[in-house]
Amino acid sequence: MTAIALILLIPILAAAVLALLPGYRLSATLNMGASGLTFLAALALLLLPRPAPTSFFLVDDLNIVFIVLNTLVGFTAATFSASYIGHEIETGRLTPLTLRFYHAMYQVMMFGMNMALLSDNIGLMWVSVELATLSTVLMVGLYRTHEALEAAWKYFILGSVGIALALFGTILVYMAAQPVLGEGTPAMVWTKLITRAADFDPGMLNLAFVFLLLGYGTKVGLAPLHAWLPDAHAEGPTPISAVLSGLLLNVALYAVLRFKMLMAANPATIPVGPLMVAMGLASLIFAGLMLYRRRDIKRLFAYSSIEHMGIIVFAFGMGGPLANFAGLLHMVMHSLTKSAIFFSVGHIAQAKGSQRIAAIKGLTVSHPALGWALALGVLAIAGLPPFGVFLSEFLVVTSTFARQPVLAIGLVLGLLLAFGALILRLSGFLFGEPEGDVTPVRASYLPIWLHMGLVFLAGVHLPGAIVVWFQAAARLLG
Amino acid sequence: MTHLPLDIAHLLAGGLVLVSFLMIYQNRLSALLDVFAFHAVVLSASVAWQAQLQQAPDLYITAAIALIFKAGVIPSALGRIVRNLGIHREVETVVGTGQTMLAGMGLVALSILLMMRITAGADPLAREDLAFALAVVLLGLLMMVTRRNAVSQVVGFMSLENGLILAAAGAKGMPLVVEISVAFSILIAFIVIGVFLFRIRERFDTVDIAAMDDFRGDQK
Repeated sequence: MTAIALILLIPILAAAVLALLPGYRLSATLNMGASGLTFLAALALLLLPRPAPTSFFLVDDLNIVFIVLNTLVGFTAATFSASYIGHEIETGRLTPLTLRFYHAMYQVMMFGMNMALLSDNIGLMWVSVELATLSTVLMVGLYRTHEALEAAWKYFILGSVGIALALFGTILVYMAAQPVLGEGTPAMVWTKLITRAADFDPGMLNLAFVFLLLGYGTKVGLAPLHAWLPDAHAEGPTPISAVLSGLLLNVALYAVLRFKMLMAANPATIPVGPLMVAMGLASLIFAGLMLYRRRDIKRLFAYSSIEHMGIIVFAFGMGGPLANFAGLLHMVMHSLTKSAIFFSVGHIAQAKGSQRIAAIKGLTVSHPALGWALALGVLAIAGLPPFGVFLSEFLVVTSTFARQPVLAIGLVLGLLLAFGALILRLSGFLFGEPEGDVTPVRASYLPIWLHMGLVFLAGVHLPGAIVVWFQAAARLLG
Repeated sequence: MTHLPLDIAHLLAGGLVLVSFLMIYQNRLSALLDVFAFHAVVLSASVAWQAQLQQAPDLYITAAIALIFKAGVIPSALGRIVRNLGIHREVETVVGTGQTMLAGMGLVALSILLMMRITAGADPLAREDLAFALAVVLLGLLMMVTRRNAVSQVVGFMSLENGLILAAAGAKGMPLVVEISVAFSILIAFIVIGVFLFRIRERFDTVDIAAMDDFRGDQK
């Protein structure tokens, strides 16, 4: 059996089993096991010789980065989730029945995301992103509180509109390709599209890309289409916040990148880089400003995700080998760091019984291990050395300075804004008189330290093999 | 005579745009649901005609889904919810009907001008269908932003989706059209009716989005 089949079959079979299985402890372990096996399958896909692309699935230097990252964070988030839900059951916020649903949906979401990343067919890619979106909508509404329902509703409406616009863009791409590639499946297969893209009608492609950028861009969380993102992060269970920030935004970004490559293959189309640069910079500066007045800790980090997606889209918009490399590296670093932050935030919010920033003080005294884990995460995400985020942000800034100094000023301004806000908040979290509950919590530190360790290693010394691998992916992006 | 099949296709697609306009100014929920059912009937006829023109029998399935599901099951289920809640009389609109209609006309003009210019080289059938489909999509979006009620937002979204299915059916030989329409319909019905409306009602005794809007996560 090929690795591709395993990456897809394990989550969907696990979802079916989890839906039937009573007993949340066993389900949590199974959820973890299935995610772990999927990660191993992804590693096998990385190390074994690549299968040739079919009309539905494709593996190349670009998507293998996304798949390995996706399955890794899927696995660590499932590990975190196993200890997180124990507390939720004790406090009665979740019942065993909702958890059964939650675990099944978790695997459906992983299936959707993996399929979107593996797909060589733009129709299949759309269906998979839709599936991943709908399963997360259901999980965001899991607590069934007033706030959770409002967040889920907002996410559902905005996400669906985004998805609908993306479908219109997909149809337009098909219509542009159909005169050249003929009717039927070939005109939706990405590897076939890219070889003949130069013959497509450029006007149709331009229009299609606008729809695709708006549609998938809503899911990336780019300003001004980001309205769903903070609510969905704040009101859902924290493992889902980690997966949303760490993975789902990347999947949507991956879709945008695939279509960007298609546009680049046709010289008569409008250059799409400036569009992405503008949206990325707007998201970065907007989110940098919004970070200052947050009162909810998960919302704070949700805005930080908008900021970082802005940086990544900016880097890919600039294009060229160096900026693409930096964008890819930043994406990986952001996913690892941000999910680690959400892992610690989840335990902290459980310990304090609140997500309000005002209620979280003096963590170094009350919960030192969690407090310092959060501190490391925040320092890393703010872009301080020696973490990998510093390296990637530095690469983005220097490559921009070399080509467009004016844009670099905006970029640095946004980075400084966000840096100030995060450091300001961090000192509040860590120091001062502890408030509220000071009893220790059972937390799973392994996922946090694993992620932070990887980010630290990348910042100190990026192994040559990874550099070569990412360079190959960056070359593909053009 | 050779133009007749094309003309019928345009008539049906243009009819869908007109029904979208009818929906925009319905200020009673039950009437809105009736017009939506009619929207789905026109879509179904349009897709069935495309199936006939393109000799693509699988499109008949899409047409049948539109007819049974969107013109029958969903409106009646939503109608029942609306009657049970006793909110079948009124629809609040944020912007006045007049302005909304003007905006709608602007959007239709925009989509036709845009599509006609861009798709000059494409097959005439697909080209004009696509212009109408874009108009239906934009009118659906317009409806979603001008309505405050969860039920009418869902109706707006479903009309938007009808526009997408029209576009997909018009794209000759596009694979996965049937699958996409099935996936869309089932998931929407599942989520909207099964989960959200009941849950929202359970919590708030209303499906008015404004009642949820007093919650602004950060301001508490």
